[in-house]
Amino acid sequence: MSEAAVVVARDVRKRFPAERGERETVALDGISLDAPAGALTALVGPDGAGKTTLLRLVAGLMKPEGSLRVLDVDVAADPQSVQNRISYMPQRFGLYEDLSVQENLDLYADLHGVSREQRRGRYARLLEMTDLGRFTARPAGKLSGGMKQKLGLACTLVRSPELLLLDEPTVGVDPLSRRELWQIVRQLVDDERLSVIVSTTYLDEAERCARVFVLHEGRLLAQGRPEDIRRPARGLCFVAPPPPGEPARLLQARLLDDTARIIDAVPQGGEVRVIRRQAERGETAQQPGDALAWRPVEARLEDGFMVLLRESQSEAGAAAPLPALRAQAASGEAIIEVRDLVRKFGDFVAVDRTSFTVKKGEIFGLLGPNGAGKTTTFRMLCGLLPASSGVLQVAGVDLRTAPARARRSVGYVSQRFALYGNLSVMENLTFFGSAYGLHGERLRARIGEVLAQFGLEAQANAASGRLPGGYRQRLAMAVALLHQPDILFLDEPTSGADALARREFWRRITTLAADGTTVVVTTHFMEEAEYCDRIVIQDAGRLLALGTPQQVRKQAGETDARRMNMEEAFIGIVERGRKRETAEAVA
Amino acid sequence: MSAPGSGGFWRRLVSLTRKEVRQLLRDRANLMMGIALPIVLILIFGYGLSLDVKNAPVAVVLDDASPVARDVVAGLSTPGYLAPRVVGSAHEAYALMRAREVDAAVLVPADFSRRLAAGDAQVQVLLQGADASRATMIRGYVAGALASWSQKRADRGEAPRPAAGQVQVVDRMWFNAANNSTWYLVPGLIVLIMTLVGAFLTALVMAREWERGTLESLFVTPVRPVEVLLAKIIPYFCVGLIGLALCLAAAAFLFHVPMYGSLLVLLFSAMLYLLVALGIGLVISSVTRNQFLASQVALIASFLPALMLSGFMFDLRNVPTAIRVIGQILPATYFMELIKSLFLAGNNWPLIARNCAILAAYAVVLLGVARLVTRKRLD
Amino acid sequence: MDDFIDFWRRLAQLCRKELLAILKDPANRAILVVPALLQSFVFGYAATYNLTNVPYAVLDQSQGAASARLLARLDGTGVFHRVATLTAPRDIARVVDAGDALLVLQFGPDFEARLAQGQEAPLQVILDGRNSTTAGQASAHVAEIVAAYNAELRGGGMPVTAVPRVWYNPNLETRWNIMPALIAALSMMQTLMLTALSVAREREQGTFDQLLVTPYTPMEIMLGKAVPPVLIGLVQSSIILCVALFWFRIPMAGSLATLYAGLAIFTVACVGIGLSISAVSVNMQQAMLYTFVLIMPLMLLSGLATPVRNMPDPLQVATLANPLRFAIDLVQRVYLEGAGLLSLWRNLVPMFVLGAVTLPLAAWLFRHRLV
Repeated sequence: MSEAAVVVARDVRKRFPAERGERETVALDGISLDAPAGALTALVGPDGAGKTTLLRLVAGLMKPEGSLRVLDVDVAADPQSVQNRISYMPQRFGLYEDLSVQENLDLYADLHGVSREQRRGRYARLLEMTDLGRFTARPAGKLSGGMKQKLGLACTLVRSPELLLLDEPTVGVDPLSRRELWQIVRQLVDDERLSVIVSTTYLDEAERCARVFVLHEGRLLAQGRPEDIRRPARGLCFVAPPPPGEPARLLQARLLDDTARIIDAVPQGGEVRVIRRQAERGETAQQPGDALAWRPVEARLEDGFMVLLRESQSEAGAAAPLPALRAQAASGEAIIEVRDLVRKFGDFVAVDRTSFTVKKGEIFGLLGPNGAGKTTTFRMLCGLLPASSGVLQVAGVDLRTAPARARRSVGYVSQRFALYGNLSVMENLTFFGSAYGLHGERLRARIGEVLAQFGLEAQANAASGRLPGGYRQRLAMAVALLHQPDILFLDEPTSGADALARREFWRRITTLAADGTTVVVTTHFMEEAEYCDRIVIQDAGRLLALGTPQQVRKQAGETDARRMNMEEAFIGIVERGRKRETAEAVA
Repeated sequence: MSAPGSGGFWRRLVSLTRKEVRQLLRDRANLMMGIALPIVLILIFGYGLSLDVKNAPVAVVLDDASPVARDVVAGLSTPGYLAPRVVGSAHEAYALMRAREVDAAVLVPADFSRRLAAGDAQVQVLLQGADASRATMIRGYVAGALASWSQKRADRGEAPRPAAGQVQVVDRMWFNAANNSTWYLVPGLIVLIMTLVGAFLTALVMAREWERGTLESLFVTPVRPVEVLLAKIIPYFCVGLIGLALCLAAAAFLFHVPMYGSLLVLLFSAMLYLLVALGIGLVISSVTRNQFLASQVALIASFLPALMLSGFMFDLRNVPTAIRVIGQILPATYFMELIKSLFLAGNNWPLIARNCAILAAYAVVLLGVARLVTRKRLD
Repeated sequence: MDDFIDFWRRLAQLCRKELLAILKDPANRAILVVPALLQSFVFGYAATYNLTNVPYAVLDQSQGAASARLLARLDGTGVFHRVATLTAPRDIARVVDAGDALLVLQFGPDFEARLAQGQEAPLQVILDGRNSTTAGQASAHVAEIVAAYNAELRGGGMPVTAVPRVWYNPNLETRWNIMPALIAALSMMQTLMLTALSVAREREQGTFDQLLVTPYTPMEIMLGKAVPPVLIGLVQSSIILCVALFWFRIPMAGSLATLYAGLAIFTVACVGIGLSISAVSVNMQQAMLYTFVLIMPLMLLSGLATPVRNMPDPLQVATLANPLRFAIDLVQRVYLEGAGLLSLWRNLVPMFVLGAVTLPLAAWLFRHRLV
């Protein structure tokens, strides 16, 4: 420890009292850490690990048990003096939606006591960094998601605090904005020696921090510099190419199932990145059956993190059972057809002449920044929104105008896992099952099957609103699959989920696709595009790329020498698209 | 680094208040509640609601065709009170009663004139029990009309004079000579509107901030809870005053309700009550932190009592003790009493002093409680 | 036939889901029962124009036996309570202004003498008009007592006596009018609130999109949202009915079947209005505000507090769109008068029309109101 720590926590606990017959929630269970000054510190961990609670305690918004000193002040005893000196951006930054960008900034500047002269320089810098200079008069409610986060950050930074707390500042934000936000933060750390504590689920962000604290279920799982976190995975990381003609995800699924030998597997760049268990002398994880050789690679933070998680999870107990993997069913004919689809809201063109097809049995991904039009396209596909013009066929019909019965072949999981929170798991399943025409014996049988399939039997009578996020996701999937649809629409199904839950989710999707279900998915996690057979990239309503992940990466400029991951490819294509657009406008 | 703390109080207060005002003006729903609803209520109360029984239609059935009997009809015909009309048969009268086209029926029996000569005639008055208070009034009117009709007959010499003197009731309705229910409904409306804006609207607005999470970001700044509260109070205080001005204007120019008391005293007491109502609203919102719950509680705990238990329409002296006690506890009761007096009776200084003191005490207590329950804490 | 069974099955499931979602929330359960009970008690006791306690003061300048006898009659009713015996005319203003006395009886110095001489003796009754309705009632009561006294003075009956016969409410208790009206009014308030928030809440939760993606038609969704609130509204009405029947012991003249039939149609109309509001609102806050702004005029202009007949003609026409107006009339007729279903057609038809218009409108708005 070179300098004094900005935050010193010793055995910090936080309990939330029992609500209406529930048990008491232990959010933090004895955390001791030292966050260094003048550097970026990351708090990583899955949802429910306690990151937000910890940040709120540091900000003086809740009272902790144990000792918590912030900037050398006991925050429990004197929260106001801490609040005078720090800045805090909560996960859902409360922008005043009726006020303009400028008015929001002014409000926070006034509250923090920033003088007029200081303001001028500061505003100029903030507006430039966030690229909101053109929008100062726009009401905050009319900004896109990424812009709102940037404005939130700007409001938090109207003055230079001694400590900056950011609670998941980039969740749900498109990769471009994410990059920009991080650039801003890093610039501030470099220029002003700002101390920053960031909580995040994006592990690549944590790589760039000076110190990382890994939280899990209220306890500190690991701490140290990024290289310390990476260490457990050193020497265990490989890249395995799949057999020719087979999608990478099938190999990944097989490897993931082999829990005796493999810790983690994830598709990447058309191949599978593997972390294997510590091998016995002479034993290798590579099976004789794998055609091509595995290549060793450097461990990343995410790999270290996965190793830690799996270890702690195996103590906690087995995860839900995964479905058996069968051979990939043959696909071929188009089941979804979109031609020259257009959607306008008044003058604003949300979707501008988009065309693509989706083949039966494939996994199809819609990617794009916020406001790109992918949610609008999605809603049109599901029949929730009428198209302004163009042709739209799902399983041979236009869901908007087709009789209600046609919707029986479609399943839909929305971003918020739309479930009736007051109703139990069983009641939700019964209701949605009957909605799709199941009843009596068949309904009961199917419900039993999905409960087993998704590991929900123990929670059958729990109110769905009180289930942890991972279980709600499983229930939402179960609901959508009760009636065994031919086509499954998934809108941002993994946002907010931790890495383990995401693995599990995609494992199920892989099986579904192998069984012949067509899956259409939108996602913000670019690496998840790797699970898809083909993807579409949209920006500002226009279709910028269409093809397999490999084709898209090539389009973005990947060569054998310079390989890209999906996120870089995405950024490259979108930036190129925007440059072309401005060039066209000028010409 | 700027130095926050008590030096920034005014700056922060001004900034927060400005934010509140902007939000208020740009959120149509709030404006509708704060301005449009009072206007709607004023119009409804002034034009639509009336408890007066004037020119009550009465069906008269004359089974006796003599001139004396027909004279009874003339006797019943008291302008402003009763409007009798002759109908052919009792059957017809009943039908009119059932259809609610007449409020009562007077049945003059066949032997009326004969018995009148003997000095003990009777007529039947059928009253509609479906509107009891109206029926009570009409019963009184009919009895009164018949009594003065008899008196006039005696005066004209058509009937013997009574041996002893007769007591003659002379009514003088103080403060409301026109006997117009609008005169007391409209001032009472002011209390309702203040309660709506102060308690209901403010509770809703503050609870919304808790729900939306905007307070979380606000708290980690030098701002103090007092400043947050004051910034909410000031704009809605002004909205309440606007509502008051609208009511006063309507009362004076549309409904011609007289105002005998001092306008200044009225304004002062209205401001006191507004502070009380705002205090109630802020306490409710800080405790419930949820819009739906806040609105329900505000309705049940402040608006409904102001409507029913404050002496607005129903005289508290005629309700069971338990309910009357609740009424005595309500701040709205004191303001209601004060307002009605100021409008219709003029300045009664002991009453004014006492009620204003009570309202001031309530304001201090409630605002203090609001300050206590509003803390910069999320748990 | 299969389709038919299928339809009912799906509808039943929709209703079951809706009821569970409403009833499983303890906060909701409380709100469904507590306000109805509370309000019926409070209204039942507080909303009365019947006089039970009239404080009065007397300025008796005659000091004779006649005035004493009259006052004895007054005190004997148990309604009038003397709070002050005044000695000078200027005291009158003091006692009336302060609100200590609702009325002041002033006997002039020659009261006794005039009566003895067979002349008219005036009795000044000064009333506090700050609540002119109550004052009017008090005055009517005084007049009755004086009339009886006059009869005694005359030594016989009045030449003409009016014999009152009251239809349906022998003691003319205002509570007998208000409680039946509340059966409709309070349930309307709850029903409107409940339905107005229901769709808006589902939209915010995201479950509404989920519903629209299922094979349910908008009509089915609308029916599924309409039937449970109708049931709940009827339960609310029943609660108030029980309070009226068993607590306040207001006897019911009509048949329960007719009452519930009328209430059912009324609740359907209310649900239709509530669902339309919900379909139009973007979020819960808007729905709440629209509902509140609508409830006020609906309640005030329904005949609950003041008679519709007293309203100016344009407003009376406006109340034709107010289901509560017809419901109050219907309930009062059934409860107090024992009216039969057919005779109530003037009330039933408008409510039916309202429901028939608003429900399909809501269904259409569900689908086409794009958020």
